[in-house]
Amino acid sequence: MSEAGIRIEGLRKRYGEGDTAVDALKDVNMVVAPGEVVGLIGPSGSGKSTLLKCLGAVIEPTAGRMILGGQTIYDDGWKIPDLRALRRDSIGFVFQAPYLIPFLDVTDNVALLPMLAGRPNGEARARALELLTALDVGHRATAQPSELSGGEQQRVSIARALANRPPVILADEPTAPLDSERALAVVRILNQMATQYHTAIIVVTHDEKIIPTFKRIYHIRDGRTEEEAGQGLSL
Amino acid sequence: MISLAGRDILHSWGKFVLTGMGLGLLIGVTLTMAGVYRGMVDDARALLNNSGADLWVVQQGTQGPYAESSSLRDDTVRSVLGLPGVARAANVTYLTMQVRRASAGDGAPSSDNDDVRAMVVGFEPGQPGEPGYLVEGRHVTRSHYEAVADVRTGFALGERIRIRRHDYTVVGLTRRMVSSGGDPMVFIPLKDAQEAQFLKDNDAIVNERARTAANPSLNRPGVPGLLEAIQASQANNRNVNAILVQVQPGMDAGLSADTVAETVRRWKHLEAYTRAQMEEILVAKLIATSARQIGMFLVILAIVSAAIVAFIIYTMTLGKIREIAVLKLIGTRNRTIAGMILQQALGLGLIGFIVGKVAATFWAPIFPKYVLLEVNDALLGFLAVMVICALASTLAIRAALAVDPAAAIGG
Repeated sequence: MSEAGIRIEGLRKRYGEGDTAVDALKDVNMVVAPGEVVGLIGPSGSGKSTLLKCLGAVIEPTAGRMILGGQTIYDDGWKIPDLRALRRDSIGFVFQAPYLIPFLDVTDNVALLPMLAGRPNGEARARALELLTALDVGHRATAQPSELSGGEQQRVSIARALANRPPVILADEPTAPLDSERALAVVRILNQMATQYHTAIIVVTHDEKIIPTFKRIYHIRDGRTEEEAGQGLSL
Repeated sequence: MISLAGRDILHSWGKFVLTGMGLGLLIGVTLTMAGVYRGMVDDARALLNNSGADLWVVQQGTQGPYAESSSLRDDTVRSVLGLPGVARAANVTYLTMQVRRASAGDGAPSSDNDDVRAMVVGFEPGQPGEPGYLVEGRHVTRSHYEAVADVRTGFALGERIRIRRHDYTVVGLTRRMVSSGGDPMVFIPLKDAQEAQFLKDNDAIVNERARTAANPSLNRPGVPGLLEAIQASQANNRNVNAILVQVQPGMDAGLSADTVAETVRRWKHLEAYTRAQMEEILVAKLIATSARQIGMFLVILAIVSAAIVAFIIYTMTLGKIREIAVLKLIGTRNRTIAGMILQQALGLGLIGFIVGKVAATFWAPIFPKYVLLEVNDALLGFLAVMVICALASTLAIRAALAVDPAAAIGG
């Protein structure tokens, strides 16, 4: 296993204190290699969202160790100082709904991240166009998000997640609003991007249509993860 | 880096512009209120400038002739003329009244709509108090029944107007000759004005004559002509409201006017005001209450504007909470988000100010009273609008900065 990707060891997260304390994550262990796409599934209230927020560096774990892209971001109380920059440069997010910025056109939605990272506008837009073309939405580069279909919007959001070439992408129910054909197309794209850009991708999902496509799946139950082999159906 | 605020404004420009126009009309009203105050001050200064006087001599113990009533005998002017430093002096009367267009030749009565509220000025042609310049026609040259009117009266050259019981012909038109209350002026010869100001009705005159005739000490059989002389003196009016004085040129104007004023007070038992003192009376006293009234309106309008901007920006921000959460999640700095909201608030203020300034410029001439829109007031208003918008955006900025980036992930 390469140092890049995702490595989580003994991760715990407790909400509240004393008698009212709730252990949302009790013992989470995960390893995702660069270029690999794994599924994270579990019933409602099992701790999926809490784990995603810890991985997304928006909440702080209580204990354990978390390494993203070879960079330790949390280690038993120590955390990386600039979580905002970490989210910008090292983590890509794909949401259930695309959540594109409605007042930016497709290119600028993707180019915004490199711009936030300090890249010149021209370079950021060139990078955005490259990704949009790779995701087969290059012809909609100047369109407004409201003019795109659901599938196109989701592909733009994937392009946005890849814009700063992050080592990690977190996808939260990315196929929920899509039909089978488009859902499988999104998973195919995620796999292609993972391979092409050596990105470790975690897909949180309930979607029965796409679960058989994962080669490895992490089940989360009562705040604990269990790894199992997936069917890895060819796309 | 692209301008998030600019893109958001362009994306929903219709809503933004309409909101800005609504705010602009409010700002227009605010600028107009300031203009009304400036107009009142300017009217007061125009009144003083147009009188052509360095000194106003009025009844002792009064602040006349504009702020209080003042009555002087019209021969007092001679003793004032004899004072050292006085170049010219002239009697003047002021009477605010409804001036009517004279009835048509066919005897049809004039309608109420023909009434114009005006300040009738009695002056001596060629002396201080005469209208400074004419835009049409000529000055009054006859001793009776000619008038020069300000164009805002609506009277036309050659038109016949009625003041009390006499008709006057408008022989000249002037401009910016208004009272401190903004009423346009009508200039008529002094003698006519004196008669108009102190004229009794016919019944009162008949009664007065009968009473005088019945008084044996005023109607002595052995003194022919006494009764007629007394009655003639009762029918005449020898009073004026003020004496306008010009000091001798070539001297320091302030010093000279002060010196002459001091002499008038000491030796003539009259009150005398210099230009600065009269301006103080007009601006600081006569229109002070109106100024405070307008000031209150300005404060209320500023608060209402701030509340509207705050409400609009806050509502617009709440409508973008999810996008703000996404922006924060993907690493946008707080100051970038705060800057976006602040720029939108300032943009709204800018649109509002432009709309308000244009609106005020267009509707100011329609107002019945003079509205003076000064550049400095506009600049001050612009700064105030920007400050108000910036302050009003703080509520929305606080709401935006409180958004948890985790909200974008859900769960």
